[in-house]
Amino acid sequence: MDYFDIFIGILGSAIRLSIPLLFTALAGLFSERAGIFDIGLEGKMLVSAFASACAAYWTGNAWLGLMAGIVVAIAFSFLHGFASITNRGNQIVSGVALNFVAAGLTIVLGQAWFGQGGRTAQVPGSGRFTPIILPGADAMREVPILGPLYANVISGNNILTYIAFLMVPISWWVLYRTRFGLRLRAVGENPGAVDTAGISVSWLRYRALIVTGFLAGFAGTYLAIAQSAAFINNMSAGKGYIALAALIFAKWKPVPVMLACLLFGFLDAFANFMQGKSIPLIGEVPVQIFQALPYILTCVLLAGFIGIARPPKAGGVPYTKER
Amino acid sequence: MSLDLPKEIEPAIELVGIDKKFGAVHANKNINLTVAKGSIHGIIGENGAGKSTLMSILYGFYHADHGEIRISGKPISIRDSQAAIAAGIGMVHQHFMLVENFTVLENVMLGAEGGQLLRKGVASARKELKHLEDDYGLEVDPDAVVEELPVGSQQRVEILKALYRGAEILILDEPTGVLTPAEADHLFKVLRVLRDQGKTIILITHKLREIMAITDTVSVMRRGEMVATRKTSETTVEELAELMVGRRVLLHVEKGDANPGRVLLSVRNLSVKDARGVTMVDNVSFDVRAGEIVGIAGVAGNGQSELLEAIAGIRKPASGEIFIDGNPVAGIDPAGLRDLGLAHIPEDRHHMGLVLKFEEYENSILGYHRDQRYGRGAMLDLDAMRKDAEEKIAKYDIRPPNPRLKTANFSGGNQQKIVVAREIERDPNVLIIGQPTRGVDIGAIEFIHKRIIDMRDAGKAVLLVSVELDEIRSLSDRILVMFAGKVVGEKTGDAGEQTLGLMMAGIAA
Repeated sequence: MDYFDIFIGILGSAIRLSIPLLFTALAGLFSERAGIFDIGLEGKMLVSAFASACAAYWTGNAWLGLMAGIVVAIAFSFLHGFASITNRGNQIVSGVALNFVAAGLTIVLGQAWFGQGGRTAQVPGSGRFTPIILPGADAMREVPILGPLYANVISGNNILTYIAFLMVPISWWVLYRTRFGLRLRAVGENPGAVDTAGISVSWLRYRALIVTGFLAGFAGTYLAIAQSAAFINNMSAGKGYIALAALIFAKWKPVPVMLACLLFGFLDAFANFMQGKSIPLIGEVPVQIFQALPYILTCVLLAGFIGIARPPKAGGVPYTKER
Repeated sequence: MSLDLPKEIEPAIELVGIDKKFGAVHANKNINLTVAKGSIHGIIGENGAGKSTLMSILYGFYHADHGEIRISGKPISIRDSQAAIAAGIGMVHQHFMLVENFTVLENVMLGAEGGQLLRKGVASARKELKHLEDDYGLEVDPDAVVEELPVGSQQRVEILKALYRGAEILILDEPTGVLTPAEADHLFKVLRVLRDQGKTIILITHKLREIMAITDTVSVMRRGEMVATRKTSETTVEELAELMVGRRVLLHVEKGDANPGRVLLSVRNLSVKDARGVTMVDNVSFDVRAGEIVGIAGVAGNGQSELLEAIAGIRKPASGEIFIDGNPVAGIDPAGLRDLGLAHIPEDRHHMGLVLKFEEYENSILGYHRDQRYGRGAMLDLDAMRKDAEEKIAKYDIRPPNPRLKTANFSGGNQQKIVVAREIERDPNVLIIGQPTRGVDIGAIEFIHKRIIDMRDAGKAVLLVSVELDEIRSLSDRILVMFAGKVVGEKTGDAGEQTLGLMMAGIAA
C-alpha cells in the first residue's frame, strides 16, 4: 500500500470521527455564546444516542430515530435551563449532574428493555443511516489524486455527515446575519444590555438551549445508528468533552470550530492507525499520546500561547436584575 | 410635593403616590413628581435615598406597589422595559448596558432590529444614526467596536440607543461619574441641545455642582421620600445639601497649612506593567513627606490603580524602586509592608477591601489577623476581635453598630468606614488611599475626609488617588496629574479645576 492510499484512508476515518465532535461543538457554540456553559454536552450526546437507537430499533426508521434523539436531547437541555436559567443554579454543577443522570439512566433503561447488559438490540439496516455513494464515484476512482479523494473521502459517507458540514455555514449565518443571532451573542456578553432593550433574557437563553439540544441530538444519533448499529454503554466515551475543547480551541466561532473538530478527528484517526506500529528510530509510540493531544493543545491555547481565547463575558453567570 | 407649573407648560411625566417596599425596606414612600416637558430635571439624594428605585420603576424594572405613572397626561402601566421604550422613555445607565465586542451600530440596533434578518435594519440604522449625529452633535463612528472607544463616546452610544428607539424622555443615572471634566462639558452641551429640541431629561446625580450647572428644576430625595422640589435658579448648593442629608453639612474641608517633614514614601523611576504586558505606569518618581497629603489626579485607567497596587505590594513593578522611610521595599509582600508601617485603603472595597460574606468583626481585622492581640498561634481570639471591632464601630460611628452583622448588609458608606477604621487605627506611618469616598454618601464623606486630614496633622504621609477632582483639590497639599502612565505635572493644592482638567486630558503639562 503506498503512502497516498494510507493518507486517504486516515482522512476518510478522520472525517467519520470528527462528525460527532462537529455536531456537539456547534451545539455547545449556541449555548455558550448565549452565556450558558454546557459541560453536559457529553450527557446529551449519550441520551440522544440511546433514544435514537431505541426508536430506530422499534420503528425500523432511521429518521424517526433521529427525531427521538433530538427530542430527548432538547428535553435534557430544558432540564439544564430550568436549573441554571430559571433557578439560577450553577451551570457546571447542573451540567455534571446531567452527565451522571445520562450515564446511569441509559444503562438502567437499556437493561430493563433489552436485557443485554445496557446494550440495545441490533438496529436493522432500514433503521440506520448508511453510506451514500455520490454519482460518479466509481467512474472517478481511476483519476489520479482527485479520484480516490472523491471516491473514498467525499463520497461514501452517510447523510448526517453532509448535514454536519452544512450546519457550519448555517450556524454562521444564524449567528451573524439574523436578529436571533445578534441577540444571542449579546446575551452571552452582557445580558443587561438585552434586558434593558426590552428583550427577555430567560426566553432568549432557553431558545439557545433548544438549538443546542437539536444539534446534540444529531451527534448522539450519529454515534448510535450511523457509526454503529446499536447503543453501547457509555458510547460517547468523552467525545462531549473533546467537543468542548474544540469549541474553546476554535474561540467560539463556527468555521474554526469545524477546523478544530477535523484536526481532533484526524488526531484520533492517526492514533488508531499508529496502534501497534512502530516508527523508525523511535519505536512504538503509545496511542495515549495521540489521544491526549486534543486536551494538550487546548491547554496550550488556554495558557495563551496561540492567541487569547476570550470566552463570552457573561458565560457561567446566572442573570439577576441588579437592585 | 409637586411643583406649581405655569399653565402653558405641559408635564411630560407625572408620578402620583408611587410606593415601593422591598421586604422591610421602604424604598419609595408615596412619591409625587412632575417633570415639565422640554426641561432638564435633576434628582439628587444620597446613596440609598431611593432615586434608582424610582427610576427603575419608571423604566419597568420594578413594579410599584401603589401609585400611578402618567406620560403626557395619560395614565399608563409600565410592565417591563419594552413598555417603557414604547412609551418613549430611554435610560442611560450608570454602568453602560453595552455589548463591548459589538460595533456601535450593532449595539444601537439590539432590540430594534427591524425584522428577523439584519440586512435591512443595518442600512436603515446607519441612515438614522447619521440623522441623529447631525441633529444633536452626537458623533460616533458606527463601525467602531465599543470596547475600543473612550468612555465619553461609549456614553454617547447609550444616548444614541435611546434616541434611536424614539425616546422623548431621557433618564441619565450618574452620567458624569466616569467622565473627564471636558467630556462632562460635552455631555452637558448635548443635553442642552436635546432639551432645546423638546426632549425631556431627568438627571440623577449626587454631585451638587452638576445640578446647579445644568438643570432647570431639581428634586431632592431623602430616605425614600421626595422632600423638596426647587427651581434651580432659586436655590443654593448649601440648601440642597442640607435637604439631602437632613442637617447642615460642611461642604468644604477645613484644614490648616501643611507642615511637611522628612520623606516617608519615595518612588523612583517606577514602571509597572499589567497582565497583558502593557506599560501602565511609566517611569514615575515622586516623594511624599511626613505631614502632607499628595493627591494623584487623573481620569480612571491612566495608571493610578497600578501605581497604588505596586506601592501596596500587590503588583510587582517592572522596574524602579520604592522606599518607605528610606528602606527599599519593592518586592516585599503586603503583609511585610504592613509591618513596615504602610496601610492601604484599596480602590474597590468589594473586590479588595472586604469579604462581603464575612461578619463585620472579621473584616475589621482582616490582614492583621496574625497580630498577637487577636490570637495566638493557629487560634483566633474571637472575644478580643469583637471587642476591638466594637471600639472601632463606636469611634467611626459605623451603623448599625453590630459586629456580628454580615458585611454585605452594611451600606456603602459604612462598609467604607469599616475599611478606613481598620487601616487608620493601626496608626501607620504611610497611608495610601484609593477612591476613599466612591459610592459613599455626603455624611460619611465628611467624616472620612476629616480622618484623612487628622492623619496628616499627626505627621503621617498620605498618598491619595481619586477620580473625583473635587476631592483631590480639597484634600491635597500637592497634586500630581497622571496621564497615560506618566506624571505629567505637579501643582499646588489650590490649582484651578480647568488647569488640572487640561492636564488630565493630556493637553497641557
